[in-house]
Amino acid sequence: MLRLAILLSLLALPLKAEEVVLGLSRDKVAITATFEGSEILIFGAVKREAPIPDIPLDVVITVAGPSLPVTVRRKDRRFGIWVNTDTVRLDAAPTFYAVATTGPLDMVLSATEDLRHRVSIPRAIRSVGAASMAEDAERFTEALIRIRREQDAYQLRENTVSFDEQTLFRTAISLPANLTEGTYPARIFLTREGRVVSRLETVIDVHKVGLERWLFTLSREKPLLYGLMSLAIAIAAGWGASAAFQVLRRG
Amino acid sequence: MQIYLPIAEVSVNAFLLLGLGGIVGILSGMFGVGGGFLMTPLLFFIGIPPAVAVATEANQIVASSFSGVLAHLRRKTVDLRMGTVLLVGGLIGAAIGVVIFNYLKSLGQVDLLVKLCYVVFLGVIGGMMFVESLRAIRRTRRGAPPARKKHGWVHGLPFKMRFRTSGLYISVIPPVLVGVSVGILAAIMGVGGGFIMVPAMIYLLGMPTKVVVGTSLFQIIFVTAFTTLLHATTNYTVDVALAVLLLVGGVIGAQIGAMIGTRMKAEQLRILLAIMVLAVCSKLALDLLLTPSELYSIASGAGGH
Repeated sequence: MLRLAILLSLLALPLKAEEVVLGLSRDKVAITATFEGSEILIFGAVKREAPIPDIPLDVVITVAGPSLPVTVRRKDRRFGIWVNTDTVRLDAAPTFYAVATTGPLDMVLSATEDLRHRVSIPRAIRSVGAASMAEDAERFTEALIRIRREQDAYQLRENTVSFDEQTLFRTAISLPANLTEGTYPARIFLTREGRVVSRLETVIDVHKVGLERWLFTLSREKPLLYGLMSLAIAIAAGWGASAAFQVLRRG
Repeated sequence: MQIYLPIAEVSVNAFLLLGLGGIVGILSGMFGVGGGFLMTPLLFFIGIPPAVAVATEANQIVASSFSGVLAHLRRKTVDLRMGTVLLVGGLIGAAIGVVIFNYLKSLGQVDLLVKLCYVVFLGVIGGMMFVESLRAIRRTRRGAPPARKKHGWVHGLPFKMRFRTSGLYISVIPPVLVGVSVGILAAIMGVGGGFIMVPAMIYLLGMPTKVVVGTSLFQIIFVTAFTTLLHATTNYTVDVALAVLLLVGGVIGAQIGAMIGTRMKAEQLRILLAIMVLAVCSKLALDLLLTPSELYSIASGAGGH
């Protein structure tokens, strides 16, 4: 009876051929004083009511940090010395961004779909109006990506999602130690021949805890008290060292 | 051991910071400079955001110069009276300097001006000190008596005051003027001004080198404490965790530095300071002249400066 009910309700649903079912090894990352980065395992399965179609599926997974405005400057030679000449302000660039795929990104995702869902790293950066600030504004975006990729803040990890039997997928995203606090949206796309057939979004919550949390809150909410506390620590340490050395010299 | 800094939002090696603080602390105790002009680029290099580096280091300098001053006070090599006069001048100068800085900022290219200021001042001061102290060392080798203090126009000025520790009886006008001009420069260049103050006290005011170090540290404490509070309340960029790591090394270094300083001859101390100033100067000059490996730089936030 129960089985029949489930079957009936499934039939009643609008037929969506393939859907993502998702799991995360953790959906909260706590930044403590000794935080050294974190690895998050993203895994899941494709739910289907029909047999596996002939054309294979692909999986694209993105994890993004909070987006913040960024200023990129370029140096140029003027009168024999190198000075910052051009500046481009980008409206929003994620502080962290990782893309993991089952194959080369341009093969598993078409340019149109990339534009629509903002999947690849250049698309994840919003630069409306940047073109009016410099003639070659895209060079500044490229520079931002280059510098952040060197710091591992931006990661393009092609072929790192393992996809078994066209059903079970999993990948590990390593979050670096230099993490900004905030909610990190994670997106999973199922694609076939470059088109997105299904997508799912979830969030990973990254926040400071303990002493880190307390200091950060104090510095924002009671800045004067925080400043005085910093000075008190400095004076006490200076006096302490001096007193200790005096004892050492006598002893 | 990696430590995550709550305000800077970066993870750094704790021992590296302890070591950095220690080295800069030794220089601070030896020469009476805050060490900010050395620490800032080092902190940038290990990935601390510039705004946090500048603010936090002011806090660390409070600790190392306080530690240094206590060491010098015990040896009676701090001229408190002269320090206070310089400090009053310095605060007036800093207020004027902030106004000038904001005016320059509205014109743009303030970064470049600051760098050029650094190169010119460090080059001139370092060069002059180097030549002078080299001559002094040669003179003592030959066994000639040290040159007598000149009685110039400075001694004809009114408002004379006795500075017992420095062994001076001069008008307060030159020290106040020195304080004001160093204050202006310090505010524009964003440093405590120790490395300008020290040569100014030696050559312009004629203070003995030994007293200069402690006196300079004395006035640096107040300047940097004020800067720390300003940064903490307006920019929220003082990272106390970073400051603690740096100052543990810094206060110990300052004690060692003060100890080394007293065992050295005045002209040796001066020539070492001159070499250090010239080294920083040439590094900055090279940065301006050589083609950088990365032409682009990133600053968080839409504002920046």
